[in-house]
Parts: sequence; C-alpha cells; structure tokens
Amino acid sequence: MSLRIEPRREISWRMLYLTPFLAVLLTVMTGFVVFMFMGYSPLQTLKSFFISPIMTGYGLAELGVKAAPLVTIAVGLAIGFRANVWNIGAEGQLTMGAIAGGGIALATFGQEGSWILPAMMLAGILGGMAYAAIPAFLKTRFEVSEILTSLMLTYIATLFLSILVYGPWKDPEGYGFPQSRMFSEAAIVPIVWEGTRLHIGALIALAVAVAAWVLMTRSIIGFEIKVVGQAPAAARFAGFARNRIVWLCLLLSGGLAGLVGTIEVSGPIGQIIPNLTPGYGFTAIIVAFLGRLHPLGIVPAGLLIALSYIGGENAQVEVGLPQGATGLFQGMLLFFLLASDFLVRYRIVLTRPAAAAPRREVAPA
Amino acid sequence: MSEVGTAVSVPSRLELRGITKRFPGVLANDAVSVKVQPGEIHALLGENGAGKSTLVKIIYGVLHADEGEIFWDGKPVHIADPHAARALGIGMVFQHFSLFESMTVLENVALGVDGATDMKALSARVREVSHAYGLPLEPSRAVHTLSVGERQRIEIVRCLLQSPRLLIMDEPTSVLTPQEVEKLFETLRQLAAEGCSILYISHKLHEIKALCDRATILRGGKVVAECDPKLETAKSMAQLMIGAEIRTLARREAGAGTGKPRLVVEGLDLPSEEPHGVDLKRIGFEVRAGEIFGIAGVAGNGQNELLMALSGERIAPHDNAVLIDGRPAGRLDAAKRRALGLCCVPEERNGHAAVPEMSLVENGVLSGHERMGLVAGGILRLQKARDFAARIVREFDVRTPGVDTLARSLSGGNLQKFVVGREILQNPGVLVVSQPTWGVDAGAAAAIHQALLTLAGNGAAVLVISQDLDELLMLTNRLAVINVGVLSDPLPTASASVEEIGLLMGGLHGMGGADTNHGGLAHVA
Amino acid sequence: MSLDIVVPVILTVISAATPLLLAGIGELVAERAGVLNLGIEGMMLVGAVAAFAVAHVTGNYMLAILVAAMAGALLALIFGVLTLTLVSNQVATGLALTLFGIGLSALAGAGFVGSPIAPLPKLEIPGLSELPFIGPILFHQDVLVYLSVALTLGVIWFLKRTRAGMILRACGDSDVSAHSIGYDVIRIRYLAVLFGGVTSGLAGAYLSLAYTPMWVENMTAGRGWIALGLVVFSSWRPLRLLGGAYLFGGVTILQLYVQGMGGIGVPAQVLSMLPYIATIVVLTIISAGPWRGRLDAPACLGKPFRPAT
Repeated sequence: MSLRIEPRREISWRMLYLTPFLAVLLTVMTGFVVFMFMGYSPLQTLKSFFISPIMTGYGLAELGVKAAPLVTIAVGLAIGFRANVWNIGAEGQLTMGAIAGGGIALATFGQEGSWILPAMMLAGILGGMAYAAIPAFLKTRFEVSEILTSLMLTYIATLFLSILVYGPWKDPEGYGFPQSRMFSEAAIVPIVWEGTRLHIGALIALAVAVAAWVLMTRSIIGFEIKVVGQAPAAARFAGFARNRIVWLCLLLSGGLAGLVGTIEVSGPIGQIIPNLTPGYGFTAIIVAFLGRLHPLGIVPAGLLIALSYIGGENAQVEVGLPQGATGLFQGMLLFFLLASDFLVRYRIVLTRPAAAAPRREVAPA
Repeated sequence: MSEVGTAVSVPSRLELRGITKRFPGVLANDAVSVKVQPGEIHALLGENGAGKSTLVKIIYGVLHADEGEIFWDGKPVHIADPHAARALGIGMVFQHFSLFESMTVLENVALGVDGATDMKALSARVREVSHAYGLPLEPSRAVHTLSVGERQRIEIVRCLLQSPRLLIMDEPTSVLTPQEVEKLFETLRQLAAEGCSILYISHKLHEIKALCDRATILRGGKVVAECDPKLETAKSMAQLMIGAEIRTLARREAGAGTGKPRLVVEGLDLPSEEPHGVDLKRIGFEVRAGEIFGIAGVAGNGQNELLMALSGERIAPHDNAVLIDGRPAGRLDAAKRRALGLCCVPEERNGHAAVPEMSLVENGVLSGHERMGLVAGGILRLQKARDFAARIVREFDVRTPGVDTLARSLSGGNLQKFVVGREILQNPGVLVVSQPTWGVDAGAAAAIHQALLTLAGNGAAVLVISQDLDELLMLTNRLAVINVGVLSDPLPTASASVEEIGLLMGGLHGMGGADTNHGGLAHVA
Repeated sequence: MSLDIVVPVILTVISAATPLLLAGIGELVAERAGVLNLGIEGMMLVGAVAAFAVAHVTGNYMLAILVAAMAGALLALIFGVLTLTLVSNQVATGLALTLFGIGLSALAGAGFVGSPIAPLPKLEIPGLSELPFIGPILFHQDVLVYLSVALTLGVIWFLKRTRAGMILRACGDSDVSAHSIGYDVIRIRYLAVLFGGVTSGLAGAYLSLAYTPMWVENMTAGRGWIALGLVVFSSWRPLRLLGGAYLFGGVTILQLYVQGMGGIGVPAQVLSMLPYIATIVVLTIISAGPWRGRLDAPACLGKPFRPAT
C-alpha cells in the first residue's frame, strides 16, 4: 500500500472552502516553530500577534480601519484575476488616487462644503482608473504584459508622489518635513464608530464586496469575465470581447484602488505623506487569493490580514518582534494556500502505486 | 532481423497477458491479452474510448499497467519508460504527434533517438533512411513550416533510425490523404517484410482489411474478439467493435439543396493571426436552404481558420465577404452573426465550444444567451438558463447526472451531443459544424448525423467541415476540398470519386519542391 | 571626452548591468524550460541579505556569495514544489514568492541596517589590470562581473550545443511531447528553476556586496521585475539579454550621472523614473514591432503540467 495522487473528476467544493483554514493553521504552526528558533516565547508571541490586538474595542476598530482598504482593493483585483488580468500595480493606482483626491483637498484648503468629500472620492476613482488605463491600453493595443507594466508604474507613481511632497505640496509650516499640510475638516471622511478611527471606508468596503458578488454571480458581465479567464477561445466563440473585459477589469480595480488612496489620505492619515500605506496594494493580492477570488470570501480574508498588520505592530511593542515578520507571515500564508489548493483538484488515495493520465490543468484563477 | 513470417516455433515478438489499467472512474483496460508475431501487421481495432491508446502507451512505457505482464520475445519485461521501450526495439508513432514545433526536423529526430550526440552523422542517417523508405525529409527545416503529412514522416523516420522490431502506429491515417495512406501502407508492408512487427491502431475497417494480418478487437477496455480481418466483412467487424447493430440513417431524398442560398461566402481573404497558421485565400461558396455542404481536407489546411472566419471569431476584411440570408455579416462579431441566425460548432469541445470548468447550465448560456433570451437587462435569467440546459439534455439524450455537472466530467460523445444540441435548439438558419463526430462513439455519432439531416430537412443550410471523408460522403449534397487555405470548386457528392477528392486534398502540397525526386509521391508531400 | 570620464562611466554601466544580467540569465533558462517565475525580486532580496549577513559576520566574501546562491536556490525550490509538484498557478506563486522574499529579507536583515561593509574586492590581474583603458574595464572587476558574463556564454553554449540544452528547450516547446517520448519534464524544470534561483541569489549578492555594500530593505528596487522585462526583450536569447542588460545599465547610469552633475533642472525623482519608463517603452516596442519578439516565447511558458508516472 502506498499513497497515490489522482485528479478529481470534479473540483472539491468542500476542499475549496476548507483549504483557507488549513493554510491559516499551517501558518500559525510554522510561526510557532519560527518564533521558537528566533528565541521568542512562541505562545506569548502568537498571543500578542493574534489575540491581544482584538481584545479591545479600539483594537477591533483598528481591524476595520486596516481591513477596509485591503478588502476594497482585493475585490477589484480578484475580479481581474478571474479574467486572467493580472493587475499587480494597485499600489501605484492607490497612490495616483491619493494624489488626485488629495489634490482636491489641498486646492480647497480652508473651505467648507459637503461637495468636497464626494468630489475627492470621484477624483480618486478617476485618478486610479486613469493610471490603470495605461496597462490596459498597452495590453489591448500591443499585447504588453500588464504584470510588468502595472508594476513598473507603481515605482513611477511613488516617485511622482515624492516629487509633490518634497516640492509643491510641502507644508509651508511643516518644518521642512516632506508632507502636505493637514486636510481641513471638510476633506476628512466621517467616523462611523465614535471614539475610534473606524471611518466610512469600512462601509464602502462591504458595499463594494456585495456589489461585486452580485456582478459576478448574476450579471452577464460577470459571466463574461469568468469565461474570458477560464477559456479565452470559448469567450471569443460566444462573442465576448476580451479587450473589453481587460479594460473593464483594469479600470474597475484601478478605480477601487484609487478610491482607497483617497480614503486613506482623507481618513486615517489626514494629509499626503511619502509612504501612504504599508503596501496595501500588494498585500491585497494575498487577500484576494485567501478569499478564493470570491467577493464575499475576501471580507474575512481582509480581516485576517489586517489582524496580521496590527498583530505585527503589537508583537513589535510587546515582545520586540522585528517588523518584517508581518510580511513573512503574509507570504507564508499565501504559499500554504497555493499548496493546499492541490487538494481541491487532486485527491490522495491509499492504494498500490500506479499512474494517472497526463493532463493539462486549467489555471485556477 | 532474420525471422520472416509467422513461424510457429518462434516466440511471439510481444505478448500482453491480463493488462489492466484504471483511471479515476474508468477501467481503461480490463485484463487485455494480445500476441503479436514477428513480421506481423496486427490491428488493434476499437471505438473511441475502447482503450486502444492506453494499451499502446503501456507498451511504450508512457503509462504503467496496474496489473498484468508483458513478454518480449518470450521473456517477461518491465518497461519503465519510453527509453526502455526503445532499448528493446519498440518505436511509436503517436496519434497527436510528439513533436516540437519551434525546433528543426533534425533536433526532433535526435530527441527521440537515445544517445544521438553527433548531429552531423545523425543528419546523414536521416537523409539515408528517409530516402530508403521513400519518406523525404529536409533535416534543417523547422517543424512548424511542415505539413501534417511531413510531420508524421518525422515520427516514422525517428522510429526507423533505431531499426525497430515493433512499430506502434496510433491512428496514423487520420491526417493523410487517400494517396498518402496508400504510400504509408507500402512502407509498412516493406517493414513487415523485413521482419518488423507492426501494431496498427485504427477504427477504420477498410484500412484494416487492406493492411493487417490479424486483428484484436477492443470494446469498453476488454478484448471482445480476435480475427483475421481478410476473412471478415467490414460489417461483421463493425458489429464486434460497436457491440450492436449499426443504425442506418434516415437519409432524405435527393433533390434537396435547391432552396435559396442562406450562407454565401465570396472572395474571403484572411491572413492567419497565428505564427504557424494557414492564410485563407479567395474562399467562395454558397450553402442553400435544405442543403448539407461538406468541406473535406487534411488537418491543418485552414479548416480552423475558416470556421473562425464564418463564426465571427475573426472579422473579415469587408462586409460582403460573408452573407447570412442575404445580409452582409463580414464585419460582425460572433454574437451579432448568431443573432442573424448563424450558429457554430467548433471542432475542439474543451475550451472552445464549451468551458470545461463550468456547468452545463453555464455552457448553455455561453452561446445561447442571446437567441434563447437568457439575459434581461444585463442580468442572467437563471431559471430560464436551467430550463434551456435541461431541454438540451432531454432532447439530445445527453447522459449526465444533472445540469449542474461540470462540462469536463462528461464523456466526449455526451459533451458533443450537448454542444450540437445547444446550437440546433437555437433554431439556426445556418449551422456551421466542424468535425461533428471527432472522438465520439458510434451511437452518439449516429445521433448527431441524424440531427444534422433533420435540421437541413427543416430548411436550414448546414456546412460540415470534416477530415472524415466517409462522413462527408454519407451526409452531404455537395462538397469542396480545402488545401493550404484554398477551397476547390464544389462537387456534387453523388458523382464525386474518392480518388478525385483525394487528389484535391493533396493537390497543392509539397509546394516547397522538396519532393520532386520521389515520383508518384511528389504531389502528396 | 577624455578617458578619465569614459572609463568610470563604462565601469558604472557594467556594475548596473551585472545584477540585471545575472537575474535575467537564470530566468531565461527557466522560461526556456517552460516555467515563468515572477519571484525574481524575492529571490534577489533573500540572496542580498544572505550575502550581506555572511560577509558582515565572517568577512568571507566567497562564502557570502555561495550562501546567497543557496538562499536563492532554496526559494526557487519552494516555487518548484508549489508550481511543479503541486501544480499551483505560476503567476500567483511567483507573486507570493516576491512578497515572501520581501518579508523574509526584511526580517532577517533587521539587525544589519546601517552597518556598512567593505565592497567586494576586485580581482587584480598583475600586468593586465594596469593597462590603460581596457585594464580597469576588462581586467579589474570583481568575481561576480566575470561570472555574469561567463554564465551567459555558458548558457549560450548549453542551449545551442548540448543535448541537455536541447532537451530543456524541448520541455519548453511541448511538455506533453517531451513526456511522451520519455523525458522527465518535471525534473528538468526543477533544475531550470533552481538555476534561476541560484543566479537571482547571485544578483542579490552583487547588490549588497558590490553595487552598494550595505543592506537596505527592498534594496532591489524593482530590478527583479526589470530583469523579467529584459527576458521578454531578449526574445529568450541569451546574447540579446546581455545586450539588453548593458543597455539598461546605461540608462540607470545616465540618470545617476545627470543627478551627480546637479541635474538638468528636473527633480531627481524624474530621473529615477527612467529605468522603469524605459522598461515599459522597450516592452511596448518589442510587442508592437514587426519582429514581434513575443512570438518566440516558449510555447508552454507558464502552463501547468502534471505527468503520469
């Protein structure tokens, strides 16, 4: 008797929803070992990582503050990933959104008006969309890989932001620090939980997730996106234009990232600074996969990854864990998830050793 | 290679005893036993899915049996991989060639010859062997520039270089013109006369009668009979192969095809968008109401390109290149042409006609969303989509546990019935169908043929693109032949001869002029 | 221009090109075998931190380079297990590898930030190194510069002239065919991916030992992604990769020199954007041009394959 791996005739839905939990479990177990080797008390560290941050109301609110941008971006990315459109430049689109929305905040500095915030958000969405339009154009017109272009544009966006905060947008009363002045009251997003930093972005994130879920499961557009991603030739046969879907996915994910950029500068940050996020645009990729590219699955996934950010900071304070640990865990989680994906498509059976037919797998995305 | 014929005292070249092979949910080979004598041309006959390909892959070491033994010259052997098979003297020509498109002929040969390091010497041997067997090849050519027939020669020469004692040919003639088939048979007979055994896999009965000394018939993974094909009739072997009486088609009376033209193609030029594809040149024909029009040709001569140009997956250069019921449609995409009444069944089921990882309901939506009204205001009407899928399953006898089953878990024949049914139930004015029964069992093939005849009988124009000449001769009113992207003038099927069609199929091959030394074969390169 | 200016310019072009060439040549081999590894950036960072740590602690540069190569290979092994054995999506796994490498290197390098080391020593070749002009350029370089060129020439020879190279190309052209005539596609791809890991590790080592002898978080600054772009630019040909890497080295250095000369009236950040903009422009030209390099992409690039046993 020995182990044999054989392809499943149908993908296992049970495994599809079980594997994220398996991945989390494996990550925690690996963390236990890693902490032990690094000379930290594993239980103590895991506790300050995963438990103590959410024991207070403030901690829970912070979870929402960090999960909101992750979920909003990840929902957009996941729709693209479903169509095999690999926008990995959400960080750049977020930056451009922050610049566009923040630009309005600075231009209206000192003014009052309920129109300012909606205008900022609209500008943020448009800024992100415009920036995502570059890879969309290059992909649809010249077949340039959107992976490379969207990523290169992220570096360019960061440098552009740096030009602004070191130059024209620098706060005249900021003692030379590279940051803009603090936004005025009309340009700050409303708080939804009094006494905490939890802002309206959390509600927007939930609304975006639900809307995306309806789009993907009930609309013909969502159906087109899935067909384009799974079987491009079948999409063409059906009359679904790939280029339209590429544009749609990039504009949608870019717009959502841009919206997040605006909300971040007009919410938790309150001004424009050189380092807007701890890499939300990249981490959202992990969130999207962890949520199984399913808009509703992304919500708990976003909360979990948000916890890893807060937990990382907390463990830094409580047990002196280096900051890089957060990134390491996020990467590890994605590894375990991708590895456990195997169980969705294959099963392991106890039997005599023998062969399965060679076959191509359809990409899981 | 001294042994000749089938002397009784000599042990079998190859003997399989009780070979069993399971795949998830399928018993591909069930205790199969076969004996192949030295110098014998032995047929392995069976329908698609009977287990022939699995069996020969086991012999060649690509797959391993779960149970059973293999004897070579009377001694038990374990064939771990294809290298081991080649070391024994087993060569194999695959149905879907094992070639490398971007590499040269010489590199392709070298990859299949273990221990070939001196490329110069190998190149000389390729020329020598290919000349000796009348299989001309230029070693420095890149494979993607070659015709399908030439590609098969690479596979054969690759085997011959190693002086095989058993040559396995898996469905070798499906990519050849009738004349090329004749030439291949000569080569195989020459090899057999030299003492090489040949295991010849096919489901074409007349070929087996013409070529083979013995035949083993497989059905559902089991050996159901062994016979001398020369003593059997095609009909008796077919019954053994299928396990039932063959249904005869309810062929409507001649005289159909006098209706108004429903599909007109005129002056269609379309350069290929694939790097190694075929350009369509000045394609023109018309299909009338009630008519079934056939397009014959060897694989890779522009059939796929033509289907895409008709379906709207590729847009024609001008609007009048394609007329559907008189309306210009050349510049319309697939969805708009479907709205005009042109439906299509592409050759490849998985990933083209259907999305393997989607349910039958979703696959019904794929092409039926517009004509069947499955979308309203951008929102899918799920109940209507389910009803449509259920109707296809019911009316076309698709064997499936339900409409939520993934397309990829259906057998080839059942998925094909679903796909054909999906298009026919949309009540098309024009149906274009490519390889309607490719890889489909006989029962499903008969049902599909009947459905096409009925559709035409009801006044639709049906265009069938197929490499299976028998199928076209049986179904069509008129047919034309496509060769290197050029379509011949149409012939009335009733008066067309196989020889004539075969010449058209091979007519323009070998334009590179590489084959001028080989007399009778020059035109079928 | 006098030699006084030309020689240092050429030297800096070489030093900017070397990490791109090292990372690119390994990725090129992996892609020719049919595997798309987007994790170069992560493997480079881990190589960089590993090399720096070893050099900082032991002072042994050869050991540091060796450890960097092994660290890169280790990450590549993770990628191999996931994509080749467990058939995960190569794009997603490559992204994961990058994110993982960024985190791992930041964690491991936290203690080394701000502690400089002496740069990787240049190899002196008595007599030749003193030659004017060609002496400093050709005969006064560090070991990784020589290695990058040697590896490129070696890969050219391997792919063109050896049977093993032919088999590797066959795996990238048609995995199904290679498998059906008896080649162990998965094993060959593992080796190619590991080679890619080794050279990415070396590329990282070059950054933290020679280019800027220190450790800074995320010090690769997108060079791994630029190397990926260069592989496309090269149409999967090693010699064109060499040219491309040096071309990009030139762009990088142009920007540094203009900045060094006090700029030309534009913010420094605009000049820093140049390599990224150049990558986009070059990819567009390559994809749009009549020669359409992408058509040379290995046919099985990025496609999952799971063979029978």
